[in-house]
Amino acid sequence: MRTLTPARLAAWLAVFAAGLCAVLLVGVAAGPSGLALRDVLDVLREERAATAAHDIVFGVRLPRVALGALVGAALATAGALFQALLRNPLADPFVLGVSGGAAVGGIAALSFGAALGLGYGAVPPAAFAGAVLTTVALQAVAGVAGRVSPTHLLLTGVVFNAFASAAIVFLASMAGLQEGARIFVWLIGSLSSARPELIASVALFLVAGLVCALPAARQLNLLALGEESAQQLGVDVTRLQRLLLLATSLMVGAAVSVAGLVGFVGLIIPHLLRLLLGPDHRLLLPTAALGGAAFLVLCDTAARTLFGGRELPVGAITALAGGPLFLWLLRRQQQRAFAP
Amino acid sequence: MSAATPALAFEDIALRLGGRDLLRGVSLALAPGEIVALVGRNGAGKTTLFRVASRILRPERGEVRIAGRPIGSLSRRELARELAVVPQDVGIPFPFRAGEIVLMGRAPHQGGLGFESADDLARARAAMEAVGVAELASRDVTALSGGERQLVLVARALAQDPRVLLLDEPTAHLDLRHRTVVVERVRRFVEEGRSALVVSHDLNLAARSCDRIALLAEGRLLACGKPAEVLDAAALRATFGIEADVLAGPDGAPLVVPRRASPLNAPSPTG
Repeated sequence: MRTLTPARLAAWLAVFAAGLCAVLLVGVAAGPSGLALRDVLDVLREERAATAAHDIVFGVRLPRVALGALVGAALATAGALFQALLRNPLADPFVLGVSGGAAVGGIAALSFGAALGLGYGAVPPAAFAGAVLTTVALQAVAGVAGRVSPTHLLLTGVVFNAFASAAIVFLASMAGLQEGARIFVWLIGSLSSARPELIASVALFLVAGLVCALPAARQLNLLALGEESAQQLGVDVTRLQRLLLLATSLMVGAAVSVAGLVGFVGLIIPHLLRLLLGPDHRLLLPTAALGGAAFLVLCDTAARTLFGGRELPVGAITALAGGPLFLWLLRRQQQRAFAP
Repeated sequence: MSAATPALAFEDIALRLGGRDLLRGVSLALAPGEIVALVGRNGAGKTTLFRVASRILRPERGEVRIAGRPIGSLSRRELARELAVVPQDVGIPFPFRAGEIVLMGRAPHQGGLGFESADDLARARAAMEAVGVAELASRDVTALSGGERQLVLVARALAQDPRVLLLDEPTAHLDLRHRTVVVERVRRFVEEGRSALVVSHDLNLAARSCDRIALLAEGRLLACGKPAEVLDAAALRATFGIEADVLAGPDGAPLVVPRRASPLNAPSPTG
């Protein structure tokens, strides 16, 4: 009987970590003024201080790649957690409108925070609060007597998303946030105007979320059998659900506050990893963090380089990939539901 | 634990939910080594009683004890080491392998990082062999038939190694051979000084394979005793609302042959 051993876990984590490092190097090297990988490595070894390459690497590329990795890790892990929590492989913070709620929180802090003397630092906590409120509202609206029907869940997400988009535009124009580009960034999701000064707080939110979620990985496996069965196997389900609410909100808040509404990462990565590694959350959660990080850095690198001088928002790339996948998953779930 | 202490005891359990009395003072004790069948109409309160025993629902009155200890004094993990439940078929949303599902039964015994020990693997394998599903170990559980998945859930509960086993219609989707295999395995389980409470709609199977039968109707225990003592025409009318002949089976166990539904003034189902 095959099961997860510490050796197997360590081997996969090593593979994913190595892959992420390679992707990060490529992400740093690629761009309008291309750098050879060797130049990047030299700069990173601090052999070429005070050169143009040094400035590009440390001033521009590294912060962006780091933020991309943090956002990708947060979104992919949050997606896997939502899917376990709601027992539905279609659940995703973007699809369900939780990212939208976080964005409303973030943009509210941005629009009205200045009047209160708050700087950009208020955005991540506000986005976290938005994510918490939306998740609680989602469970209250879509759940009946503790059970959440997938149809209700998805429809509720559709409405939440529409509402969030309207609220973002409304708040931004009320506050006279006239830079259309910035609103656009919140709505479509982009790393182009990410604030490097937020790297530390985003990293802190991500780590806090992972610290909450990773020790609960085995309990998440039990949750797949249903809430009652999980309780009968010794899981305190209420406590677990609260923990996951905290973890997912921290991660979604962190991701949204720097990159806006980057969609479908939480759907694509866990799905691919389940195909590759199986559904065991002890392996799925940490590889989702590493794989999500690599995936978003790759997408952003593509968005920066593939279209000549034009830079596409990374959210457009992930949505172009994730939309069809979502529809395919939905179709498959329907077929299963109607299968004899 | 003295021989007189029941493995599982319901003491005057009453539960009201959503304006309906689901259980109205149920008292039932299972001795070590005993299999008791719990029978009754749909909505009589059988599954509710299971939920009370596994502390999913808290009764308004009464107490459940396992080996003399009130279940309220146990942590969830402690309770899961004492009592395992085989649910009716559950939908499993992710493609876990059958072997992984059975290993989940070891969760209440594992500590720390939650990696399975060699002992956990051996117990899970033995449980799968015991109900004849060892060859399904690496199959995707979402692709199994209803009956196969039911057997996997029985194996999971056996791997949990509890003192008390609650089985909710464990044989509903099973063919005759697997029905017999499960019955035999549960008998062997209780022979080790443990107990099982089985919900079943198959009265004849219950009469032949269980030590006692408990008749539940509208949240009340109408009777509990040896199959030959409790299964008679009047009891079947009161419990199920049917007219039935009760014959003497070849092995002495009563054989119930339903004839027709009783007239409408017979006790109605609770919903």
